Amino acid sequence: MLALDRVSKTYPNGVQALARFSAEIRQGEIVAIIGGSGCGKSTLLRAVAGLDRASSGTVTLDNEAISSPHAKIGIIFQEPRLLPWLSVADNIGFGLADLPAAERREKVARALERVGLAEKAQAWPRELSGGQAQRVAIARALVPQPEVLLLDEPFSALDAFTRRDLQDHLLDLWADTRPTLILVTHDVDEAVVLADRVLVMRPRPGRLFDQIEINLGRPRDRNSPLFENFKRSVLASLDRSLDRSVPDRDATQGPGQAMWW
Amino acid sequence: MISDAPVLQQASEPAENVAAPSRLSRYARPLLGILLPLTLALGWELVVWLGWSNGRLVPPPSRIFATIAELARSGELVRHITATLWRVALGFAFGVVAGTLLGAISGYWSLARRLLDPTVQALRAIPSLAWVPLFILWLGIFETSKVALIAVGVFFPVYLGVMGAILSVDRKIVEVGRTFRLSGPAMIRRILLPAVLPAYVVSLRVGLGLGWMFVVAAELIGASEGLGYLLLDGQQLGKPAQILAAIVIFAILGKLTDWLIEVAAAPFLRWQDVFVRAKGA
Repeated sequence: MLALDRVSKTYPNGVQALARFSAEIRQGEIVAIIGGSGCGKSTLLRAVAGLDRASSGTVTLDNEAISSPHAKIGIIFQEPRLLPWLSVADNIGFGLADLPAAERREKVARALERVGLAEKAQAWPRELSGGQAQRVAIARALVPQPEVLLLDEPFSALDAFTRRDLQDHLLDLWADTRPTLILVTHDVDEAVVLADRVLVMRPRPGRLFDQIEINLGRPRDRNSPLFENFKRSVLASLDRSLDRSVPDRDATQGPGQAMWW
Repeated sequence: MISDAPVLQQASEPAENVAAPSRLSRYARPLLGILLPLTLALGWELVVWLGWSNGRLVPPPSRIFATIAELARSGELVRHITATLWRVALGFAFGVVAGTLLGAISGYWSLARRLLDPTVQALRAIPSLAWVPLFILWLGIFETSKVALIAVGVFFPVYLGVMGAILSVDRKIVEVGRTFRLSGPAMIRRILLPAVLPAYVVSLRVGLGLGWMFVVAAELIGASEGLGYLLLDGQQLGKPAQILAAIVIFAILGKLTDWLIEVAAAPFLRWQDVFVRAKGA
């Protein structure tokens, strides 16, 4: 279980990006974090990734405190961030340097197959389309089999069609080993398609505002009325989070209570 | 030499599958560059041949090539070229090693940069030729002072290039290394070195260009052999053809060695998302 306990972050310039954020995320759960700009979503994710340290509060994975990048935690960024001097296959195998070459090759080959880029194995990253590059990034993050995979607006730079395709693809890959997914997004549709639970954050300082359980089976039909309902409730919560006249609600209330309709 | 670096020549590339006119321009374009010097050379040859000028101070191309051929026959040419090449090679090697080491240290550790860089920058502001008298006093008038002068010329662009390249490595790529928990040495080997390589090659080429510049200065100061000596000898004995011959050889050697670096580096830079090098550029 991934536990965030009153995580706060104040940057050296005095901006408080995150204030006392607490959440517990079960192994294998898919959580989407959504919120207006400047609500500290990315700050939160970077703290969980161990890339930045929280000013106060703790992040623990299975009771182990996270203060630097951890083997069990992978991250996918908004940009693919492939290493341009490595072939697609070598990029995917980047995190497997400790394995013997044969085993690494086999894992990479399987991952390439899995993301449908087997014929691009020896291509350079510059030869890939945006969607292909992001698929390589996903494969690179998944191939060391992390327990927790963090995604920082991973599809926001892609066109709508590719985005949908990759969302489905991500779920498909997730089903293989069922890691915990924490997805930062500003796309309500994406949050409802992917997540078991949507955490709505409120900006200045970034803090938890609301959480909404998405009790929908998978695969989810983007056009079903139920799907629309969930979208509407997330949107409504998002609107309220940006409305300063609405007081903070107790965000730690149990699941289910957020379903107010 | 700096301007000889590969220039962005994208324009000729997309024309590949288009019809004849653009294809013509693709091959004609490099030739256009040769047109002017060729015309001038032939023109001057003609002028001298017609007797409109005796061509004593500005010898026609045929006389320059005759001089080169003569020097080659007597074996002198090889001796001079070897001496100069050897000096450049040694000076370049020392300059590159020192520039790379110090540049890497300054780029990697900000404390070292604060300690070191102001001094290096101050030294860089000194015109390198100002060192000549001191080097001669310290190191004598023979090879050591010449090599030292060349090394100084090579050092600064390499130092600056390496440091600047390390400082400008993309934070986002470094973060990828961090998320995979690379150790310090692994980070250098797997992220920093490849990221720095393109800029490093450029700084090597700039450094080499300066190395050629400084070998002339060093050999003009006092040498009994070398292409620079050939220049000086030509001046003192009033043999402009010999001076021009040395200049032509300098140009050829400079271009050739620059090309060697480019070719040697090419296999490591295939991944780059850049222009196509124009043929014959």
